[in-house]
Amino acid sequence: MTEQTGPGSSYKTDVLISEDIETYLEQHQNKELLRFITCGSVDDGKSTLIGRLLYDSKMIFEDQLAALEADSKKSGTQGQEIDFALLVDGLAAEREQGITIDVAYRFFATEKRKFIVADTPGHEQYTRNMVTGASTADAAIILVDARKGVLVQTRRHSYLAHLLGIRNVILAVNKMDLVDFSQEIFDEIVEDYRQFSSEIGIDSFTAIPISGFRGDNITEAPSANTPWYSGPALIAHLENIPIAATAAQEKPFRMPVQWVNRPNLDFRGFSGLISSGSIKPGDPVRVVPSGKNSRVKSIVTLDGTLDEAVAGQSVTVTLEDEVDCSRGDVIAAAGDPPEVSDQFESTIVWMSDEALKPGRGYWLKLATQTVSASVYEPKYEINVNTMEHLAAKTLELNAIGVAEVHTDKPIVFEPYADSPELGGFILIDKITNATVAAGMLHFSLRRAANVHWQPTIITREEHALLKNQTPRVLWFTGLSGSGKSTIANEVEKSLNLMNRHTFLLDGDNVRHGLNKDLGFTEADRIENIRRVGEVAKLMTDAGLIVLTAFISPFRAERQMVRKMLPEAEFIEIFVDTPLEVAEARDVKGLYKKARSGKLKNFTGIDSPYEPPENPEIRVNTVEMTPAEAAEYIVRQIMPLK
Amino acid sequence: MDDPVTRILTHLERLEAEAIHIMREVLADAQKPVMMYSVGKDSAVLLHLAKKAFYPSAPPFPLLHVDTTWKFRDMYALREKAAQDAGMELIVHQNAEAKERGINPFDHGPLHTDMWKTEGLKQALDLHGFDVAFGGARRDEEKSRAKERIFSFRTASHGWDPKNQRPELWNLYNAKKAKGESIRVFPISNWTELDIWQYIMAENIEIVPLYFAAPRPTYIHEGGLFMADDLDRLEKTMGYKPEITTRSVRFRTLGCFPLTGAVESTASTLSEVVQEMLLTTTSERQGRIIDKDEGGAGMEKKKQEGYF
Repeated sequence: MTEQTGPGSSYKTDVLISEDIETYLEQHQNKELLRFITCGSVDDGKSTLIGRLLYDSKMIFEDQLAALEADSKKSGTQGQEIDFALLVDGLAAEREQGITIDVAYRFFATEKRKFIVADTPGHEQYTRNMVTGASTADAAIILVDARKGVLVQTRRHSYLAHLLGIRNVILAVNKMDLVDFSQEIFDEIVEDYRQFSSEIGIDSFTAIPISGFRGDNITEAPSANTPWYSGPALIAHLENIPIAATAAQEKPFRMPVQWVNRPNLDFRGFSGLISSGSIKPGDPVRVVPSGKNSRVKSIVTLDGTLDEAVAGQSVTVTLEDEVDCSRGDVIAAAGDPPEVSDQFESTIVWMSDEALKPGRGYWLKLATQTVSASVYEPKYEINVNTMEHLAAKTLELNAIGVAEVHTDKPIVFEPYADSPELGGFILIDKITNATVAAGMLHFSLRRAANVHWQPTIITREEHALLKNQTPRVLWFTGLSGSGKSTIANEVEKSLNLMNRHTFLLDGDNVRHGLNKDLGFTEADRIENIRRVGEVAKLMTDAGLIVLTAFISPFRAERQMVRKMLPEAEFIEIFVDTPLEVAEARDVKGLYKKARSGKLKNFTGIDSPYEPPENPEIRVNTVEMTPAEAAEYIVRQIMPLK
Repeated sequence: MDDPVTRILTHLERLEAEAIHIMREVLADAQKPVMMYSVGKDSAVLLHLAKKAFYPSAPPFPLLHVDTTWKFRDMYALREKAAQDAGMELIVHQNAEAKERGINPFDHGPLHTDMWKTEGLKQALDLHGFDVAFGGARRDEEKSRAKERIFSFRTASHGWDPKNQRPELWNLYNAKKAKGESIRVFPISNWTELDIWQYIMAENIEIVPLYFAAPRPTYIHEGGLFMADDLDRLEKTMGYKPEITTRSVRFRTLGCFPLTGAVESTASTLSEVVQEMLLTTTSERQGRIIDKDEGGAGMEKKKQEGYF
């Protein structure tokens, strides 16, 4: 038998239960709920760890324990000791094989929180199960065997957790008892993990040395065996992780409508689970995709009407006006509604034995919308072990790829990173009705079909005429440190002296405001450029000459902006500086950070730069000073007027 | 603009919201849903959640009680009242064959459960053409239930294939099915026994008085403590009159009275019941005889055969 937990444990205290049950119940009535996933294989001691959590929180009763002891002797792997793994390995078939092959959900509670644990198998052939478990998790425990360190599967688990948007990662270095609780070994593993986790975009994680078998650093830390450890015990850490549902309250209001509630002719309510934000009676809302506006009249529940409802609550809402609204629609904040589109870029996890058939019609279910959709041939498949992009014509079981998805009618969505509820979807085979894939929408490939253009009286020609100039976009592209901003400023100065009405959009500046929600992943970079393109276009509509200084590394996105504008208004200026030169300048010290791994997705280092093939203007900053380059550019564009 | 103030939802609020969401999702694809209602505390919670999910409408489906004729009298009484209070139709099904052959818990052992409950449920679903049946099963009840989906698919013959269940991602449920297939839906899958009790307490939900301790006529049978809810019938079926002793007892789960073990207790209020539950060292299902046969895989085997 193992030792009981001592004082300081945050598990339920028997004393309070037996002596003051009312106080105990009061305390436990208002717990929070946290869902997490455990990633690892049987060999990492995953089932043992979960068994341990249940055991320590007294979720195992005596009769179960007796059965467990008997089972441990029969088929256990721990000799005469209790094999906690037997507690959680459920189905008969897999008990014989000794591996868990499905997603199992376990429950335990402390005084502060109730926990739902998704227990999934770690082998590669069960990627689909891990993705399923991760889809609802607030946190992921990545289990590593202290004797083996960071393995290929550790990478895979971390990547999948990150892919599904889990922001709280716990690196549990298990079986510390088998390496004599060595701090050196622990530190080495943590350093290894830090290296590659930052490569895949995991910004931070918490590392805890544990022994699931012996109980070290599970409920109390540091354990007697690890005096050198100064972090939290596993349970204490789980009790303090932020809960995604709470964070969602800060976002704009959205409620996918599940059901129209019509008990009689006088009542028409819309029922749904609020996916983000909050509402109060009187709040202006818009029904998307129809775009009809109204106000919240009341929030109706069996317990009476509410003054306010927040993300995570299931409610029924009535509106002031008789607007059309049915299942599949989204009721949203009027001032900040979600997008509507029918073409998307998405990441897809294939979950069926029958491979993806590009072009075939599947049912796509997203929130409460079900539409017919087809998936294009994947742009690439992602090797879940190495993160390499591989060419692919289809996706087989457990494969993950990036592909275009087209729906037969527009759907309401948000990028998955902003809203799993409006960005996550499943694909259903129309014949077998099986769930064949899960996907995450990243962005729309088309402007919303249902937003109508409102004509204005003063046209862009009149704006330009008043300023006596031809609006243009001077698009500076080049590596970081190539001199884009410096040269663009010089050009603007000259144009200003020539009484031209100009505006300079600078990459860094835009990221302080308009695009402060974007990072540096490929998808975010694309969105960054798309937004800048739209802003530049509005400014040319207003008659301005717009100068933009962005790395804008991808050809496709520069081409996208070019296409937004009337012909000849887009002037691509390639600030041509070899990488060695830009890196040697390193004005902002960014190259140094990127080389040391502190900065990821840095253009030229670990993210590609695609030089323009036919720029309107090219300036070579090795041969020219910024002033010379600017003068050259002005000379080139002046004849264009 | 006022500052956005986040309100942290409690675990019960989130479990409630999840269950309501699930119930409403079922309506989108179901042709003829039904709620299985066993009159126990989990059923009471399920029914309460249904009222909340569709208020001010009444839940748009009937209640189905698969009766064995051996339930406690208090259960029959609450059954009628609860259905009426909710404004729902109550369908009671008894397996005619089991009735005709006089299947009972004493002479027929496991066959009693199989005929009355498993077969009875299949018959009722087929008879009325229900394609979706809500149930109050929870994942924490038993090991094989931990992997049960919230939407559990059954073949046309009501079989459950553990290898062929659909993955459930986010809160997206795929409720599409072929003709003849049916779905069992478990909205309170993620609730534990303690959650159930806390919710009953918080929402003031009416449950069968048998959950609270009171002096009751009891007898010992094959080492178990049982309540003589209908002594005449017991005598007729057992062939002798069991020795009756009045004890203060209550029940942790409710089923057929000759199969449901009583526990000696003085817990007569909700908080005392919860207190006892928390201090107790035996799991909830231990009072039930049906799970024990077939060793560790008993429940799983029953599910494959169609037991809900």
